Amino acid sequence: MSPDSSLPKSMAKDRIEKKILLHAPRSRVWRALSDPAEFGAWFGMKFEGPFTPGARVRATIVGTAVDADVAKTQKEHAGGVTFEITIDRVEPERLFSFRWHPGEPGVDYSNEPATLVAFTLEETPNGVMLTVTESGFDKIPFARRAKAFEGNEQGWSVVLTLIEKHLAQAS
Amino acid sequence: MPRRPNRRSNELRGRPHQKSAPHPLDSARLFAALGDENRLRLVARLCKGPASITGLSEGFRITRQAVTKHLRVMRNSGLVRNTRRGRHTIWQLNEHRLKDVRRYLDLISKQWDEALARLRIFVER
Repeated sequence: MSPDSSLPKSMAKDRIEKKILLHAPRSRVWRALSDPAEFGAWFGMKFEGPFTPGARVRATIVGTAVDADVAKTQKEHAGGVTFEITIDRVEPERLFSFRWHPGEPGVDYSNEPATLVAFTLEETPNGVMLTVTESGFDKIPFARRAKAFEGNEQGWSVVLTLIEKHLAQAS
Repeated sequence: MPRRPNRRSNELRGRPHQKSAPHPLDSARLFAALGDENRLRLVARLCKGPASITGLSEGFRITRQAVTKHLRVMRNSGLVRNTRRGRHTIWQLNEHRLKDVRRYLDLISKQWDEALARLRIFVER
């Protein structure tokens, strides 16, 4: 069996990567990411502070301004829930990154490892290529003990690969 | 999949709710069950097929009792099940729970797709 070639990205690695080509000026895309009010508008959150490196910014789930149906679902399931993000890097029109915790809203994960979300902008002839990566799933609380064995032949990602192969054979 | 009526725990950071998604609490329990070197080894071994305690204990530096203890933890999270075959107990993986591991990451992946679609509307209008 060829190694890993058929595996979804999310399983083959402990990270998620997405790319989207946006037909908008680079400065417009950058503002939508780096301005807390604008980021909150499309994502569906209200932030209580500026995005400066190292800052811990409180966020409340309020529902997106872009899609009424999605906003309704967000409000129904998690409206008013607050959490914190920690701003990592802010490099104008190039890179914006922060850390947060995948998991349930309302649970205090502040002492736990977080995943890193990074937005990277690249100018192309057809628009702005935006890449978002979320990495560090191998370090989040429920998996971090396995991380200690990453160098081991039965490390976390290795076992994910085995599980994936097993499921492919079983189906 | 049965779901607890806890509205908050149905969400990952306020991302829109997906019907096909595993319950985050279930996922947490599932990953916790996997969060141990010996249990990861047992899962890797069971990926090759069902086995008895004797078979599973081979090549392990831990005792049969310890293997049994780990199997029980994994059974409680639904990851493995045991059946009696004559005098032996046979352990095997529950495929649907393994799929939950994958779906947890797929869910987050899908939620990014949706968030980026909203970003597109936001910056292109």
